[in-house]
Amino acid sequence: MTDHLLDIRVERKTFASTTVLQNIHLQLQPRETVSLLGPSGCGKSTLLRIVAGLEQDFHGELRSNAGEVAFVFQEPRLMPWLTVAQNIGFSADGNYDKAWVGQLIDEVGLSGFAEALPKALSGGMAQRVAIARGLYSRPDVLLLDEPFSAVDAFTRMKLQDLLLQLAERHAIALLLVTHDVDEALYLSDRVLVMDNRPSRIRQEVEVPLAHPRDRRDPLLAQLKALSLTELQRAHVI
Amino acid sequence: MTSKSKTLPLERPATRRAPLALSNAWRLRLKGLAVPVLILLLLEFVVRIGWLPSYQMPAPSEIALTLGDLAEGPLWKHITASLLRVLLGFAIGASLALVFAAWVGLSREAEAWLEPTFAGLRSIPSLAWVPLLLLWLGIDETSKIVLIAIGAFFPVYLNGVAAIRNIDRKLVEVGQMYGFSHLRLVRRILLPAALPGLFTGLRSGLSLAWMFLVAAELIAATRGLGYLLSDGRETSRPDIVLAAIIVLALLGKLSDGLLAGLEKRLLTWRDTFNGQRAED
Repeated sequence: MTDHLLDIRVERKTFASTTVLQNIHLQLQPRETVSLLGPSGCGKSTLLRIVAGLEQDFHGELRSNAGEVAFVFQEPRLMPWLTVAQNIGFSADGNYDKAWVGQLIDEVGLSGFAEALPKALSGGMAQRVAIARGLYSRPDVLLLDEPFSAVDAFTRMKLQDLLLQLAERHAIALLLVTHDVDEALYLSDRVLVMDNRPSRIRQEVEVPLAHPRDRRDPLLAQLKALSLTELQRAHVI
Repeated sequence: MTSKSKTLPLERPATRRAPLALSNAWRLRLKGLAVPVLILLLLEFVVRIGWLPSYQMPAPSEIALTLGDLAEGPLWKHITASLLRVLLGFAIGASLALVFAAWVGLSREAEAWLEPTFAGLRSIPSLAWVPLLLLWLGIDETSKIVLIAIGAFFPVYLNGVAAIRNIDRKLVEVGQMYGFSHLRLVRRILLPAALPGLFTGLRSGLSLAWMFLVAAELIAATRGLGYLLSDGRETSRPDIVLAAIIVLALLGKLSDGLLAGLEKRLLTWRDTFNGQRAED
């Protein structure tokens, strides 16, 4: 039990009279990448918010051996009045670690944009800033809520590779919510296919491929077929 | 054409470009001046040829002369008096409004207790307070400043509450994610996010402060621009009335310009629509 970074048990989570989540048990190991795959509105974001501590009204238990846990939202959610550097060091108020922020800016590929305001950034660039902001607190776990759903397909692929690179370099475990089957399989060690309401984990799909992966790998295609079958059985598609 | 341009001196293109860029900025300004200048010329003409009697509508040139006379005499005394009243009244009204707006905006509990009262007070036309203020506070400075403060209060308060309630919940959630305390949330997210709305309130509060200044000074004053207005009426001098109106307009524009400048400087981060580009 103790070597898990996170151990989450949700017996029941309800909104008003509808049960959104039921009997979910989820563990996250250090440096592991796990995806929650399901349609929008199936409660996977709620599960992520429970893990993040944003949602505390549920029946269940959240055990964490992780130090810092950071969150990357679906939208960049940058403070429009702060520069890129100030946004990345947002949690430290005015006196953020400038060297660390500078390094993060370079690592997410935004060198030279430290003093830019969010209004000058494209969607993909803004999401890079959001990822850098997530990394600022040197987290053990990064929670991502459909982080690339708002960018175009090519930017998405680039951002996925960037995310994997950063997770590898800083030894971060990723827990990711997505409705993109390819994204889930490409990024994760394990993909948890969610049931429709009330959400349960329907099937766990292991992806036994080393990184860096080839998007054209036949095993990914096979696993995609398997996942799609499961999603169909769950009456999601 | 090409053979001619060869003989031209080399600096020509550079010197030609600079005045062109300047003239673009000036052209926009000239567009704004066109209508007022036209009206002034028309008035001057109409009064000079006698279509309008000059004891009712003095010619613009005459008003300018009156303004010059006043500037050598009592004008500055009136301006100082009015300016002090506006500044003091606006400062009191706006700061109280900001405090209450923050309170009501941030707390549903405070909203439940206070909002109905403010909504009720707001529905009283502010000038209806005048007789009461005169009865309670007399005709000296206090009643004027209180009236101006009441006038400035509501726009600042209303816009302040709306500004806080319109803040993107998603940004607030970022702060909650970091476990920000209430105070830190206010300082780091709520205040900067509400700033555009607060400025809207402050600017309309200031313009109402000028309005209520005139109302207060028209009723009972021995100094101030409002006094100048009623003095001009009582002595049948429309030129004085118009001169006072012009000074009021200038002061209003100037004070609003200061706030607008501050707003522009603090809110450069806003990603807003600037209007369609003006046609040349």
